[in-house]
Amino acid sequence: MTITNYDPRILKAPHPVPGAPDNWKRFFSFNTDAKVIGIQYIVTSLFFLLVGGLLAMIVRGELLTPPADLVDPTVYNGLYTMHGTVMLFLFLFPILNGFNNLLIPTMIGAPDMAFPKLNAAAFWLVPVFATVLMGSFFAPGGPASSGWWSYPPMSLQNPLGHFINGQFLWILAVALSGISSIMGAVNFVTTIIRMRAPGMGFFKMPIFIWTAWAAQTIQLIGLPPLTGGAVMLLFDLSFGTSFFRPEGGGDPVLFQHFFWFYSHPAVYVLVLPVFGIFSELFPVYARKPLFGYKFVAIASFGITFLSMIVWAHHMFYTGTPNWMRHIFMFTTMLIAVPTGVKVFAWLGTLWRGNLRLNTPMLFCLGGLFNFIFAGITGVMLATVPIDIHVGNTAFVVAHFHYVIFNTIGLGVFAGIYHWFPKFTGRMYYEGLGKVHFVLTFIGATLNWLPLHWAGLLGMPRRVASYDPEFAIWNVLGSIGAFMLGVASIPFILNMVSSWARGPQAPPNPWRAIGLEWLLPSPPPAENFQDDIPTVINEPYGYGLGRPLVEDEEFYVRRSQEA
Amino acid sequence: MTTTTPKKSPNIGAIVIITIAIGLNLVIAKMMANWSYSWFPPQASSAAPYVDDLFALETGIGSFIFFGCTGFMGWVLLFNRAGKYDESDGAPIEGNTKLEITWTIIPLVTVFLIATYSMNVNMKLQTLGPKHKYAIGTDPTVLIAKDPKADVGPIDVIARQWSWEFVYPNGVRSSELHLPVDQRVNFRLISEDVLHSFFVPAFRLKQDIIPGSIISYSLTPTKEGRFRLRDAMFSGAYFSQNQTNVVVESEATYTNWLKTAADQPLQPGLDPGRALYDRRLARGDKGWATVPPAPPPQVNDPGDPSIPHDA
Repeated sequence: MTITNYDPRILKAPHPVPGAPDNWKRFFSFNTDAKVIGIQYIVTSLFFLLVGGLLAMIVRGELLTPPADLVDPTVYNGLYTMHGTVMLFLFLFPILNGFNNLLIPTMIGAPDMAFPKLNAAAFWLVPVFATVLMGSFFAPGGPASSGWWSYPPMSLQNPLGHFINGQFLWILAVALSGISSIMGAVNFVTTIIRMRAPGMGFFKMPIFIWTAWAAQTIQLIGLPPLTGGAVMLLFDLSFGTSFFRPEGGGDPVLFQHFFWFYSHPAVYVLVLPVFGIFSELFPVYARKPLFGYKFVAIASFGITFLSMIVWAHHMFYTGTPNWMRHIFMFTTMLIAVPTGVKVFAWLGTLWRGNLRLNTPMLFCLGGLFNFIFAGITGVMLATVPIDIHVGNTAFVVAHFHYVIFNTIGLGVFAGIYHWFPKFTGRMYYEGLGKVHFVLTFIGATLNWLPLHWAGLLGMPRRVASYDPEFAIWNVLGSIGAFMLGVASIPFILNMVSSWARGPQAPPNPWRAIGLEWLLPSPPPAENFQDDIPTVINEPYGYGLGRPLVEDEEFYVRRSQEA
Repeated sequence: MTTTTPKKSPNIGAIVIITIAIGLNLVIAKMMANWSYSWFPPQASSAAPYVDDLFALETGIGSFIFFGCTGFMGWVLLFNRAGKYDESDGAPIEGNTKLEITWTIIPLVTVFLIATYSMNVNMKLQTLGPKHKYAIGTDPTVLIAKDPKADVGPIDVIARQWSWEFVYPNGVRSSELHLPVDQRVNFRLISEDVLHSFFVPAFRLKQDIIPGSIISYSLTPTKEGRFRLRDAMFSGAYFSQNQTNVVVESEATYTNWLKTAADQPLQPGLDPGRALYDRRLARGDKGWATVPPAPPPQVNDPGDPSIPHDA
């Protein structure tokens, strides 16, 4: 495309402008604009979704038949370890930080993040630790292959005895990822507390901001213990200490406490922002206020609090005494209460609405449907006697993929489609979006629903081979996994072609209520610049005929003229 | 448009529809609960019926919630869709505090009841005994892990990368676990390398085996047959091969087996990871790094893995 009539101010702008020359260069620089960083995060993490998905398809290819015949079992173990690690640390955490970057400043009317340089540094750590992690494929002996839990003593075995080995690089990458996440969390929490638009009290914040805040609080509390555990593991592996080595008097179970104290709440770090996305999108596409806004807002911090006291439910069968099992069973089941409040609130939002089933809404509805299911199997897993049977089986694999892909993944896609016009300035193609949804929903269901039965029948997780009686469930699962691979094609097509030459997006294509929709698409650098609106009402005033901000017409007009 | 309206007079139509929906949902929930028993392997230990009943209860409650919520979503999708050019807003309902408190309290009470009931069930299982730490390299079996209620035992369960070995009180060693039916058996779970897990799906029981600790563990098999014992805690390269069988037999057969086995000389036992490891070496040790399998245990009865298992 040739560009002729661009205002020189736009050409100099530090943020991307559709069609402007050298646009792409900004995305490869140490740019401090949160909107550039947000897109950097999202594009990077979508690339790693493909990498992680490819690893998953090799894993599912191995599991298509009972014997270990596609790859060597050691290779299988490395692949599933890297699949989990890539999906968590290079897809889910970064993509949600991408959303935080795009949405937090624009939704609260801040010009940028509180610490823009820290923000850019946090992002640029992602390619650094991605390189370390991907580089571990070429380490002597291959990448880490002890699962993403890296439980000692298995993770300390280091068969070849090299100082630089897959496990070493893995711990290094995870520690760097933790540092990046802490840098992000400090930034997000500060921005939310300090930089809201005038009039935006806590109970006038959009729910996405509430959930992002609740989630990043978990990062601040939980990451230090995990990092401490990782450092001790590294010392045991490389410097001969015995924190977790039984032959030196260490306790391997101690690591599990360090690990799960963060890594269970980590799921809430991922799911809370998706609850935020659901809470934003259901009102828009049902044309109704969010049902019980205050309850939903407070429930977010209820989840944050409870998430800190549930970790030992991953350790019911490690020899944990009964009193401890019972306490953790109670606390874990209590999580059903605040999440239930949210689910019922979304259902209440849909009730008597005027539903518009476009791509983001379909992904939201699909995500909610799957989440209700995942919540029920979650309570089952919290139940000590049931967990003792199904723990560490395919049932758990099925359950957490129902949370982490079928809910969080679908919510992330919903968010991408919903805010795509806002931050790229282009509309996506609805038809391709719907194809993407149908393939994803069917593929995901086929992939993980059957594995519940394999687990109940006693198929352990992380196996490269299995007894023939589990074949049917695994064949169905593998077909679903390959279908999810196919589903990425319409998604990539849609994103690339829409961003390159999709129709121009108006400032508010969904007629949504929220500060970000009072900005032009894409928003200029510094968002509202000197005219930050004063918020006068709760969000989600659909059908109530009340303005969100003072002098709303001025902002609407300005966004259209830009 | 839809049935419920916030009016003073009760809406008969809405009440009828809601009653039918709840009734239908209860029927479906009960059917799911009954069906859930068929999702498990046969019940082969005294713990299994408790676990299956608890699971059926949660399947019933869960199904009621799942079909209730998704049925509601289906209703909304059928009757609350906007027309193609309909840009109007929905009913501007911002919330209903009474309803919100109700749906906070009801789940709270429900999970409290489920947790209390599960706690009672868990107390009945009575499987886990004390856990003693010991220095690796010393003989763990000198530690006494006694279960006063046990009829048989202690049988030492030794898990390795990647084989199982069972040592009976009379000194017999085997690669398959032989147990008498309907007797409470006490085990000492021992590992000298990495974490393993003693998991017999037909028993519905699982206990991790922790290097550096010796764990006393008891259970009562209630059904004769051959059941799979699977290592359920990831233990490295040939983890998925690390499985053997539990042979539950009548007391007479068990005693007889113990006697005949005692007369047999020690020989290499089952070593399920070995074949794959040898294949790997034959192909030039390609693949990613692994520790070699531990030497096969020397046992009196190596068992026969070719006999099909029941579950």
